[in-house]
Amino acid sequence: MKILVAIKRVVDHNVRIRVRPDGTGVETAGVRMSMNPFCKHAVEAAVQLSEAGHGDEIVIVSIGPKVANDVILTALAMGAHRGILIETDAELETLAIAKLLAKVVEEEQPDIVLLGKQAVDDDSNHVGQMLAALTDRPQATFASEIKVVGAGLEVSREVDSGRQTLSLPMPAIVTADLRLNTPRNAALPMVMKARSKPLAVRPVAEFGVDLAPRLTVDKISPPAERVAGKTVASVTELAAFIADDVAQMEAL
Amino acid sequence: MSVLVLADHDLGVLSPATARIVSAASTLGPVDLLVVADDAATIAKSAASLSGVAKVLTLKGSLVADSLATQLSTLAVRYHYVVASAGSVGKDVIPRLAARLDLMPVTDVVRILGPTSFERPIYAGNAVQTVTDTQDKHLLTLRASAFRPAAGGNAAPIEALDGSVQAVARLLSSDRTESDTADLATAQIVVGGGIALGSAENFQLVENLAKKLGAAVGATRAAVDAGYAPNDWQVGQTGKIIAPDLYIAIGISGALQHLAGIQGAKKIVAINTDPEAPLVKLADIALIGDLFEIIPQLTAELDRLGVKR
Repeated sequence: MKILVAIKRVVDHNVRIRVRPDGTGVETAGVRMSMNPFCKHAVEAAVQLSEAGHGDEIVIVSIGPKVANDVILTALAMGAHRGILIETDAELETLAIAKLLAKVVEEEQPDIVLLGKQAVDDDSNHVGQMLAALTDRPQATFASEIKVVGAGLEVSREVDSGRQTLSLPMPAIVTADLRLNTPRNAALPMVMKARSKPLAVRPVAEFGVDLAPRLTVDKISPPAERVAGKTVASVTELAAFIADDVAQMEAL
Repeated sequence: MSVLVLADHDLGVLSPATARIVSAASTLGPVDLLVVADDAATIAKSAASLSGVAKVLTLKGSLVADSLATQLSTLAVRYHYVVASAGSVGKDVIPRLAARLDLMPVTDVVRILGPTSFERPIYAGNAVQTVTDTQDKHLLTLRASAFRPAAGGNAAPIEALDGSVQAVARLLSSDRTESDTADLATAQIVVGGGIALGSAENFQLVENLAKKLGAAVGATRAAVDAGYAPNDWQVGQTGKIIAPDLYIAIGISGALQHLAGIQGAKKIVAINTDPEAPLVKLADIALIGDLFEIIPQLTAELDRLGVKR
């Protein structure tokens, strides 16, 4: 069984981002970058499936600039077998990303494609679902548990009402939520070993996909600032504030 | 400009989010509200009462993404907009539908600036993106909490459509959280608890205060990971996004991830031992102290003041 994991390099989730004053975007120059946290859970899930005897080969794919090699190396150090970087300096829309990944799926024919459910930069939560449509495969998004059962998967998903379990035949697309697992930190020997694993860098043009954006981003602005509040000294004052606020609430 | 809205429902009841999506979507054009269910009759009746709905359409089927996207792609031909709430169903199906139709969706919209112009938060709400969508058809998910609900009193006609589609993925089981508190995504008051509660038993302090205020219960990711609260109570970038009139945060320091989910709250109250906690700094009113002493006192004081909803 082959597992393909698609990962993204993003501004590290611990970094307090700064919106550029000219409205063109978020400052990324000189900012710490790392693998999107949800993608890390997807890589870990693939490695765990492989360790349980359900994956002979784990292929990692990322789309981005040359430096995105570093997140592929992280995934290889976690236990994946080989990597593909589709190199582009352009910021691509999720639809273009999904079309590129569909080409990789066509080449690699994986039984399972794992992705993070969303990237913490654009917060889109699109690519897994789009890839499932383009490759005409069933999908299980927001996964908190993945089990291989016969020739299919049973996936628990985190949904608005709690949890639900889907059964889907392979090949299938699964997107990872945070409670799926605890991603491992690769030990130094694994990091060293990762450097000798195959990593193909392929120019984006090679895939013949129309990458033209469909949407126009007019501007990126900082969110509205909240007015600083105050600290009260007693429960009585706090209760009075709450009682007053509740009394003023417009009935829906 | 015709609009198709996908209704959210659970256990045969129309979700409160739908009234908000309808009110927002009706600014784009006349709304046909689609109910996809095995038995749509009761849901369709409440759907027809929402003001702004021109017609309710019912379709036999499940909310599993592969079959739902197929059904929606057939219907989408007739509409300029296909809109869903940014809940677990909308997030699952709209991007799938978009790729099928070779369209780029605009998701998690919090403000509609015009027929083709939308605002959506990025970076966990630490930046806001304004996008223009000039494609021939627009696929949107809207955050219900950002819009006011549509009024009732309408009696739109209900039309049953044919076109059931067999889903490839199959629903095996649903594991729901039993709770008699309000719907988190649309509640007017939310009481949230953090890891400082220390146990699932102690978390009942939060639930009891919520019940008194007719509020929904929220939790931080850490509290959910520790097993103090079920996953569907999680508020934040990866959980639910809330925008209540009042948010009471108990023992929550305010990780970036959690703050992303509460930025739409009109008023924020924080109860915390740490005066330097980010959420304390953000709050309109904060009380510094031990939550285990404060909450019983607060509950008693609210009783004395006769606060009840």
